[in-house]
Amino acid sequence: MVADALTVAAKDLRLEWRTRVGLGQVLPFAVLVLVLFGFALDPDRGVLDAATPGLFWVTVLFVAVLATQRAYATESAEGVRDALRLTSLAPAGVFLGKALAVAVQLVVAELVLGVGVVVLYGADPAGWALLVGTALPATAGIAAAGSLYGVLAVGLRVRETIVPLLVLPVLAPVLLAATRAFEAALDGTPADGWPWAGLLTLFAVAYLVAGAGLYGVLLEES
Amino acid sequence: MAPDISLRQVVAVLGGFPALAGVDLEVAPGELVALVGPNGAGKSTVLRLCAGLVTVASGEALVLGVDVARAPRAVRSRVGLLGPSGGLYEDLTAADNLRFFARASRLDPAAVAAAAAHFGVTGRLAGTRVGLLSTGQRRRVALAALVARRPRLWLLDEPHAGLDAEGRDLLDDVLAGAVAAGATVVVASHDLDRTGALGCRHVRLAGGAVVGADTSSTAATSDTPPPAAPHGVDATADRPSGGGARGR
Repeated sequence: MVADALTVAAKDLRLEWRTRVGLGQVLPFAVLVLVLFGFALDPDRGVLDAATPGLFWVTVLFVAVLATQRAYATESAEGVRDALRLTSLAPAGVFLGKALAVAVQLVVAELVLGVGVVVLYGADPAGWALLVGTALPATAGIAAAGSLYGVLAVGLRVRETIVPLLVLPVLAPVLLAATRAFEAALDGTPADGWPWAGLLTLFAVAYLVAGAGLYGVLLEES
Repeated sequence: MAPDISLRQVVAVLGGFPALAGVDLEVAPGELVALVGPNGAGKSTVLRLCAGLVTVASGEALVLGVDVARAPRAVRSRVGLLGPSGGLYEDLTAADNLRFFARASRLDPAAVAAAAAHFGVTGRLAGTRVGLLSTGQRRRVALAALVARRPRLWLLDEPHAGLDAEGRDLLDDVLAGAVAAGATVVVASHDLDRTGALGCRHVRLAGGAVVGADTSSTAATSDTPPPAAPHGVDATADRPSGGGARGR
């Protein structure tokens, strides 16, 4: 299953590398969102400081929706899904591979956005251990939930609009917990943030397990 | 000997519409069969169903001795399906596609390389994104992936479409070689001259059911006026045998 996951992740990341959609379009879009929020809130620096964690994670969710849509758009092409189903890949391996590819793209986006909030918003990343300890499970959870719900939309013509409607409500707990944990890290009170990081870990594990178990059925039915 | 394909009154529904309305078809091991009929007759659906990719609503479908309705995944690893689009990732190069499907299907890299070379998927063609290739070139890439699988049962949907003369001859040689090696081949085709020359037994479908069959290839090119076929079938395409509407 691990080998299957790596095969699928390598394929998805190679697809991304060949097209440069993420690097050339999604990442600039994410930075642009940060800049626009900065313009909108800059007159009141206090509001911008308070909103920085939330703005960071909202932007990450936008990137996640785009990355998930992209990951499944390639499988929706005529005949490709049939070809994938005819391989010997374990469904759980396909799910984990797609989630891993989305997660890698999110990590890249989070690094760029992290630099962005430091430079543009003046955030102080002093509590870096909590920041990393929050970002890793949050990223895993977002990628897992996105990949699980993304497969539901594979065969639908309304895929582009249905994926955000399915994924964003499910990711609301991640937005809440990651924002609270980042607030604690940036405020210099990391002890307040670790419980939220623990909640994010539970969310990630739940969706990884559920996805690995259900993906085969969903792929057949989609 | 048990047939490689045995469909009895198989019904399949796709998107709420009946795609197959009681198909009866039997294909013996090592046989070469061509499914013929007008667009929408159900030829592609029969192929996909035999590959375990379409849900059987009712009836009995045994492929390579496996009940497709109960264990579709057990069938998939033993068949090779060539769909109209080839099932390739357009944004990957031909070589990327072959590499991925080789790993995903646990194929011998040497067999993949040999198949790619056989169909001319080398050099610049191998390094070109599939989306930029011509229809015939895509077909060659897909055929290389299919041949490398060495399936027990070959299911090909319009395999000659888009190929140049050399490619068509190459494909015919490969199919003849597969049958000689004991594989079973089922093609869906409108190119009756080509399937006739291959020695295919023609099975006619219309309206999601088998409406005629012939054990020889001569029916495809016969000058004898065929009987009227239901569902607006182009009855000049081939001629049902006297045995009725069971595909055997």
